Amino acid sequence: MSFDRDARAALADGQLRGALRHATTLFGERRRAAIAEVPDWEGARDRARAIKDETLLHLDRYLEQFAANAERAGAQVHWARDAAQACDIIAGIAARRGARTVVKSKSMATEEIRLNAALAARGIAPVETDLGEYIVQLAGEEPSHIVVPAIHKTKGQIAALFAEKLGMEPSDDVAKLAAAARQALRRRFAEADLGVSGVNFAVAETGTILILENEGNARLTTSLPRTHVALMGIEKVIPRFADLEVFLRLLPRSGTGQALTAYQSLLTGTKRHPADEGPEEFHIVLLDNGRSRMLASPVTRQTLACIRCGACLNACPVYRQIGGHAYGSVYPGPIGAVLTPQLLGMGESAELPYASSLCGACRDVCPVKIDIPAVLLHLRAQAVARGGSTGTRALLERLAFASYAAVMARPRLFGWLMACARRLHIVPPLGAWTKWRDLRPLAPRSFRDEWRAGLRHEGGR
Amino acid sequence: MRVSLFVTCLADQLWPAAARGAVQVLRRMGCAVEFDERQTCCGQPAFNTGYRPEACALARRLIEIFESSDADAIVSPSGSCTAMLHHYEQLFEDPGWRARARAVAERTHELSAFLVNRLGVDDVGASFRGRLTWHDACHGLRDLKIKDEPRRLLRRVRGVELVELPPPGAETCCGFGGTFSVKYPEISVAILDEKVDAIDRAGVDAVVSGDASCLMQIGGRLSRRGSAVRALHLAEVLASTA
Repeated sequence: MSFDRDARAALADGQLRGALRHATTLFGERRRAAIAEVPDWEGARDRARAIKDETLLHLDRYLEQFAANAERAGAQVHWARDAAQACDIIAGIAARRGARTVVKSKSMATEEIRLNAALAARGIAPVETDLGEYIVQLAGEEPSHIVVPAIHKTKGQIAALFAEKLGMEPSDDVAKLAAAARQALRRRFAEADLGVSGVNFAVAETGTILILENEGNARLTTSLPRTHVALMGIEKVIPRFADLEVFLRLLPRSGTGQALTAYQSLLTGTKRHPADEGPEEFHIVLLDNGRSRMLASPVTRQTLACIRCGACLNACPVYRQIGGHAYGSVYPGPIGAVLTPQLLGMGESAELPYASSLCGACRDVCPVKIDIPAVLLHLRAQAVARGGSTGTRALLERLAFASYAAVMARPRLFGWLMACARRLHIVPPLGAWTKWRDLRPLAPRSFRDEWRAGLRHEGGR
Repeated sequence: MRVSLFVTCLADQLWPAAARGAVQVLRRMGCAVEFDERQTCCGQPAFNTGYRPEACALARRLIEIFESSDADAIVSPSGSCTAMLHHYEQLFEDPGWRARARAVAERTHELSAFLVNRLGVDDVGASFRGRLTWHDACHGLRDLKIKDEPRRLLRRVRGVELVELPPPGAETCCGFGGTFSVKYPEISVAILDEKVDAIDRAGVDAVVSGDASCLMQIGGRLSRRGSAVRALHLAEVLASTA
């Protein structure tokens, strides 16, 4: 993966940048309008974060409580150490139930474990039923946003895709496009043997899961097939049912600027009577995949407070320019830049914590007040301390910072060097700056020289 | 009131007019200004790039330097470097150093916040002819919550017409980000160009900000694009009596 190369390719894609600018601006404005209606937004953020902090401090206990209550209600709970184990569990359930077609509602956790590839490799056809996910799947791509998977696509591109893949008349009428997708998907729902969903929140005291969505596809996914499998990261658990109130206030407003999503599905166990509707089997897969490692330090632990609203992506000046694919990770944007290196380890994704100007817009919009810049800085320090990178650029950087620290600790040496640079008109070799920007020259006289020359005296100029 | 100037290495070497302006304005407001020539860089470039031990060594130096002064306040013409001083505490595990870092941070103020909130002034007796717009530097805005202070000061400068930047607006990052600006120059400039486009649309004579770093970034692009709009530090405008 090369973040740098992929980012430059994204910057050269005019359609992509147009789509991103339009969508991130729109979601940003909707969010602002939606939170303005909430009397005590700051208080809600603090309450939500406190609930998350409390949960994460006693995560083992709340997970066991959740699992016990879910099982009591009829669900089967599975614990997955990593992505491979989670895929094996879900594929195993599908095989045992004789499933050939699997319908899926939107779930970043299933993207994280690469479930679709794992199912396809076992001869099972996964079908994405969220419109955005469906578009991305038809195009053979991956989501580029955690809430709006096809944010990188223009209406025209989607029309061309549907014309090619679904054989519909080319049209950029949104209603017609959505109708074509619905028609194709209804057939798949009818034939599906298994439904896979994600989880927004899991309530420990009741064993309930909550799924938020706008299209009704998650409700179909979790109720129509004979078997439902819900995959959740272990950080999704919250202690009490009443805690949902504050998260329901925060999540839809932060994500899409809605007061509430069109559907909220609360699922507790399986159907009580054979005549009831709903699946016969309900499986919940609890996914660790690197998360418990993050619990160790308070700086990294806050990453697990994330409720995947996507507000930080829309607010991030870097994401707004390059979109999600350039990050080369399932989770893009600011939260992806802190989450991915912690889930996968630094090796593959050591560049990501540097993919930020540290402007702090992500921290401002985060509904659970994750200090993303602080986590980025923590990961940067880890990357440097690890010293994994031995390329010429990395060695030059190390040398530059060692010299910088040595000079800055010696004010007279610093003053003398700057005076030399000034006299000899030495310009630093900063091609990466000067290719696009003029470099401000050293002032003819530094402030400290002016100070010594008379400014130090009251009334001095 | 006695003020110790935290000049910052950028203002010292590249934007001395900002530092001189800060001294002049502070004196005009009746402050006695001192400057300890031992100060160099606060360590932010190292901290932001992940070089913690290097940042830590420079933090210790600067804490000792400011501890040696009994000035009532430490004032800086930079929101970013002031914010760095406020971050010093988290560089240390040792409770002693943490307390020392906190004590210095509590005395340290960004220039506009010091003038408005500590001295209680809006009008610093300046005059400057021109239509200006303000760029909120990220660390001043988001770390120190400075938003109204510079605007209040600029509105009271005689001859100044202050206009807000059209979208994406004054609060959006200029794309500088320290080493980010040279690690990923194409992204940095893509972000910057939205800012510079907005400045062009605002029809102003100058863009004003409180940080030399953003001003280098914005000014460097404005001049490369052949724009006549100047990049000015807040202290330069506040010092002006022309």
